[in-house]
Amino acid sequence: MHVVVVGKLVPDLVEDLEVDASGRGLDRQFLKLVLNEFDEHALEEAVLLKEAHGARVTVLAPEAEGVDDALYTALAKGADRAMKLVGLGEAPSSRQIAAALASALPSLGFDLVLTGVQAADDLDGQVGMLLAGYLGLPHVGVVTGVELDPDGSRARVRKEYPGGWLAELEVQLPAVLGIQAAKQPPRYVPVSRVRQAMKEHTLEELSAEPVPVPRLSVRRLSKPEAAGRAEFLDGSPQEVAAQLVSILVERGLVR
Amino acid sequence: MPKPGLDKVDRIYEKDVAVLEGMDISGHWNRMFEQRVVWDYSTDVLERITGLPGGESLGWCYQCGKCVPVCPVDVVGDYGPRKVYRKAQLGIDLLRDPDLWLCTTCMNCLRVCPKEVNMIEIMPAAREVAVQEGRVPPELQKVFENTARYGNPMGESPRKRAEWVKEAGVPVTVLPLDPRPVDVLWYVGSYPSYHPRGKDAARAMARVFHALGVDYGILGHEEKEDGDSIRLAGEKGLFEVLAEANIRTFRKYTFNRIVVTGPHEYNAFKNFYPRYGGSFDVLHYTQFLAPFLPRLREMFVKELPYTVTFHDPCYLGRHHGEYDAPRRLLQAIPGLRLVEMPRCRENGYCCGGGGGGMWLDGFSRDYLRERLSDRRVREAVETGAEILAVCCPYEVSRFEDSVKATGNDGKLVVRDIIELLDEALGSPRAT
Repeated sequence: MHVVVVGKLVPDLVEDLEVDASGRGLDRQFLKLVLNEFDEHALEEAVLLKEAHGARVTVLAPEAEGVDDALYTALAKGADRAMKLVGLGEAPSSRQIAAALASALPSLGFDLVLTGVQAADDLDGQVGMLLAGYLGLPHVGVVTGVELDPDGSRARVRKEYPGGWLAELEVQLPAVLGIQAAKQPPRYVPVSRVRQAMKEHTLEELSAEPVPVPRLSVRRLSKPEAAGRAEFLDGSPQEVAAQLVSILVERGLVR
Repeated sequence: MPKPGLDKVDRIYEKDVAVLEGMDISGHWNRMFEQRVVWDYSTDVLERITGLPGGESLGWCYQCGKCVPVCPVDVVGDYGPRKVYRKAQLGIDLLRDPDLWLCTTCMNCLRVCPKEVNMIEIMPAAREVAVQEGRVPPELQKVFENTARYGNPMGESPRKRAEWVKEAGVPVTVLPLDPRPVDVLWYVGSYPSYHPRGKDAARAMARVFHALGVDYGILGHEEKEDGDSIRLAGEKGLFEVLAEANIRTFRKYTFNRIVVTGPHEYNAFKNFYPRYGGSFDVLHYTQFLAPFLPRLREMFVKELPYTVTFHDPCYLGRHHGEYDAPRRLLQAIPGLRLVEMPRCRENGYCCGGGGGGMWLDGFSRDYLRERLSDRRVREAVETGAEILAVCCPYEVSRFEDSVKATGNDGKLVVRDIIELLDEALGSPRAT
């Protein structure tokens, strides 16, 4: 059983984001990048599958500043191989990443590809779907837990629908899954283990041939305009509660 | 080592005829049992701890119980140092027990322990194993991740570490921008750099230094969390990374000594950084300022007619024996009256923030009747003081929360000693 996790680095919101001079992108001068949160969950799910079924886990991410740290951390958490996807340039689109993966993955051989359900930088969420489309494989998105059949031929995946409904789907492997949440929160890996991984492992590189794909262009990037609709209630807790009740009743929010 | 066994007595000595000082004590009257090592318990669980580097001294405990009444956690909960050994005898594994995260490493047990059972070494050693095995309370995990990534436990922007300087009202030399030789390298610390009330103390410090003409500089965005509490919480590898980074940064600049805002970094720089090749002269700010008292007395322009009680930080008092410098500073302030809480100096109570406790309030609430800081605030209120003076950056935030939580808002104000000095020096910005 070989599980491939696809991740990517997105801007870390710890620093204030600025729009660059063109008005169409982020100023990347002081930008720090961090592994996308959903990809952290995809990695956690893969490591859980490794622990339960002895799967091999390969982690793959497009080259970016800080990608080495993210990949070594993934190795320290339990991944067996880590690869940088090089040759795609800065901030590649879902389409570019999916096209590159579609040409590179078959030679690696895999049973399961896990991606984060979407990434915070473009909210596009299409890498997994496009990849499955290119390779003619089944795809399930917004997955919150994966179980494997003992013979490794099928996976049972959980998906949460609105209204409190939970579905369990069965999917033939190989398949591509978009992970929203792992069965448990992403684990902590002590710094000493990351340092050890840096000594013991070498990051591999996977060259991607740039494939001509349709691209979208950003017309304008800006902060949302503040509407300024907050209303502050003053007084004792009793008075505030009474005002709150009358506002809720007045607006028809409670009866 | 004797084998575990259930036989109550190995040998019985009894003389058929015995007369002692004219008294006939023949037969069972002189019966004696041979001394026996009581070893009815499996030592496996205990040996898991005593086998760790730093965990050895747990095995020396002889259950006298002196540690329990002085343990600040026992006062508000069921944890007690003696019980750590007893539980291990009963097969309860510290590595998987909540006790593992309740000790604040305040050192009051070690102070009274006749056997020198050292929780300050046992706890980090045991926690390190739990951390390696991936068992970390979620709130602490977040702190580890933040500190590893951003160099501060709250996950704030490293670039903004010196933003507080803008409102200090006096010039502050930020060495990365102005790398000149200075007398004092002031290590500001994470809480004084980011926490709103910590920043108040940092600004007060800058003004007091300025007033005294101290030749000092700070490290700005190059400063990282000292890591002492991270180490005590079991993430030794992260501590090492932080120590190496800070030592590299210290070496970039020329200075005579380091002055720290907080006792935890004092402990780190004095006792642990030398192990990683960084030996520097370090002073807590109260120790640095105490020799300036003759001058400060002449410079004080404002009377502070406050009744003040002082909370000894565990890592300044018990850990380093410094009880007087903070008190001398307070007593020098005109008009100020210092009253002591019953638990003070060597037996000072703990605020609950040490040893990682700063980031475990959510975890420990299930095991404590009240937070240690809540308890301490009640003790401060009972003295009749209107100000609780502190000199550890963890404490302002902890005690201010507790003043509110215990319903003492308006009765007690928490202030760093440096803020009181700043006010007495007539700073218009002092709150």
